[in-house]
Amino acid sequence: MSAVLEIEGLRKTYRSRKRGVRHALDGFDMRVEAGQVHGFLGPNGSGKTTTLRTLLGLIRPNGGRMAILGQELPHALPAVAGQVGAIVESPQFFPHFSARDTLGLLAQAGELPRQRVDEVLELVGLRDRAGERVKTYSLGMKQRLAVASALLKNPKLLILDEPANGLDPGGIREMRGLMRDLSENGMTVVLSSHILGEIQLICDSVTIISLGRRVAFGPVEQVLAAHSQGSVRVRLEAVSDLSQAADALTRAGVRVATEPDHLMLSGVDKPATVSRLLAEQGLYVSELTPVAVDLESVFLELTATAPVPGQHRQVDQSAKVDQTGTAGGWGA
Amino acid sequence: MSLFVTELRRLGKRRVTRLMLVLLVLGLATVATAFSFSSEKLSPAAVAEAEAKANNDYQTAMTEWKRTIAECEAAAGRGENTEDRYGPNCGKDYQPQPDMFEAKWYLPYQFDFRAEFPLFIAVFAASVALFGFIVGASFVGAEWNTGGMMNLLLWRPKRLTVLGTKLAALLTTVFGLTVVLGALWTAAFWLIASQRGSTAKMTGGVWQSIGLDGLRALGMTLLVAAVGFALASLGRHTAMALGAAVGIFAVSEIGIRIAVAVLGVQFGDRYVLSTYAQSWFLKQAELFDYDTCQFSQGACEPATYMVTWQQSAVVFGVALVGALVAAFWTMRRRDIS
Repeated sequence: MSAVLEIEGLRKTYRSRKRGVRHALDGFDMRVEAGQVHGFLGPNGSGKTTTLRTLLGLIRPNGGRMAILGQELPHALPAVAGQVGAIVESPQFFPHFSARDTLGLLAQAGELPRQRVDEVLELVGLRDRAGERVKTYSLGMKQRLAVASALLKNPKLLILDEPANGLDPGGIREMRGLMRDLSENGMTVVLSSHILGEIQLICDSVTIISLGRRVAFGPVEQVLAAHSQGSVRVRLEAVSDLSQAADALTRAGVRVATEPDHLMLSGVDKPATVSRLLAEQGLYVSELTPVAVDLESVFLELTATAPVPGQHRQVDQSAKVDQTGTAGGWGA
Repeated sequence: MSLFVTELRRLGKRRVTRLMLVLLVLGLATVATAFSFSSEKLSPAAVAEAEAKANNDYQTAMTEWKRTIAECEAAAGRGENTEDRYGPNCGKDYQPQPDMFEAKWYLPYQFDFRAEFPLFIAVFAASVALFGFIVGASFVGAEWNTGGMMNLLLWRPKRLTVLGTKLAALLTTVFGLTVVLGALWTAAFWLIASQRGSTAKMTGGVWQSIGLDGLRALGMTLLVAAVGFALASLGRHTAMALGAAVGIFAVSEIGIRIAVAVLGVQFGDRYVLSTYAQSWFLKQAELFDYDTCQFSQGACEPATYMVTWQQSAVVFGVALVGALVAAFWTMRRRDIS
């Protein structure tokens, strides 16, 4: 597959007299293949929006390489801008214009036919409210308008930053369907979101960023598999036997975490070996469940942003791993 | 071209533009209407009445003068000191003269188009310039503030082209508005002069002079609009331009005046911006230094310093170029976050 979006070693450094030097992007890499829905994940302040803004020419990078549709940026940005639809961060529109005016002005600036405005208004469900001023819209309606503005060009690459923000459950489902439809019709979608369940549901691949560097990338299932760690939950008939079972399993080389009413094992290739090992000790298993890892837990693990009781994590407290340690299938 | 037309449309659709246009038209219409009531066309009867009043006042003054002399002489005859009360020689030297009671002073006000319209061109230019400043600043400031500029740059990722096109759309609008409203303004005052004033001595040369005044007025409106636009673009907020305008006014009109007065700078007003505005509209502004007067040697003839409209053009030109270069440079260099 050909890459629609390529980023290599992207750097952006902010210098401030008060706060010193901060590397918003520290050699960031990303690759998105054509026709995919690609999730772009990262904690707050990790560099997601900086990446998107840099890609779209709003921020000047300090180094690195970027390309969209095979054309080098930012030099070729004016040439490819017509094929890239984007919304960055929260939707912002002139509050006293109607949705139709807003899109009409953009369409005129982009030399697009007027009927395209009606098409995208229909697509995002704003047809009947298109004549109302944007300031009367809810956040979800503004979000729909933002998506409409990004779709107006019928782009080959659609970049959406938090598109589900403010949407009601029905709207989120509609958005999910829309992303799928667009992807099936050949559009490549880059989706930045914190709703990781959604990302897992609709994305073919993901890139996870932390402190300005890529910490994981690849097809969703590969990223999940790479971090599943063979976890198994074990319950015994008698809770009082948990410590004896933990000892036996530890001696057998299994990593064990003791919880109040069960054990969490990791590094287990075959769960059946656990039940056999415990049976040999006269301990009888009442539950033996392989624990499926989800994107949220992988994300929290990779970015080290899982909440810790009694601690208040600060925005920049997340993990940055060496790039040689990244997981995933393709890229770079 | 499509971007230019889009920006023209965007500017026209903006609420601030429409509101300010309504206020501008209402304000100008109010000034013209109110002024038309203050002018009165001089009829032969009004002239005769004024001449009669002038003559009457002259006769009254003469009678009073004679009565005062007689009263003084009587007092002198009684051996009283009359000088303190009546002045030397019983005030005979202060005989009222006919030219002290000119009939024209007794006439009602009549608008003279030839002599007075240039002042109204300045009033018009100041009004349109204020409109241009606010609309220009808001046009780019609100776009930055609401994210409109960022949206536009996602469509047209050529920063200088986008900013330049916006500026061109603004200046085209202000130009068109100045020409159209200026024509209406001229027509209104011509009508006032025709119906309730005087249009005498309007030669081709006078019209040419008025035309040049109009061109300078047009230049001022475009300049102020462009500076407002540039300041708001620099600060990425409408308030930046308005704040800068207030700051420049305070520094120039108050701060510099106080500073030059304290330092005793000769012709200190040549450092004040309003002197150059005055010079721009009136072709020149003459400054006087009364400290050079030698009153002991008779009538004072203070030293003078002339500020010409060409000097004003240089000052305003430098300000305009400086503001625009800064705005475009920051547009090119600064991140949009």
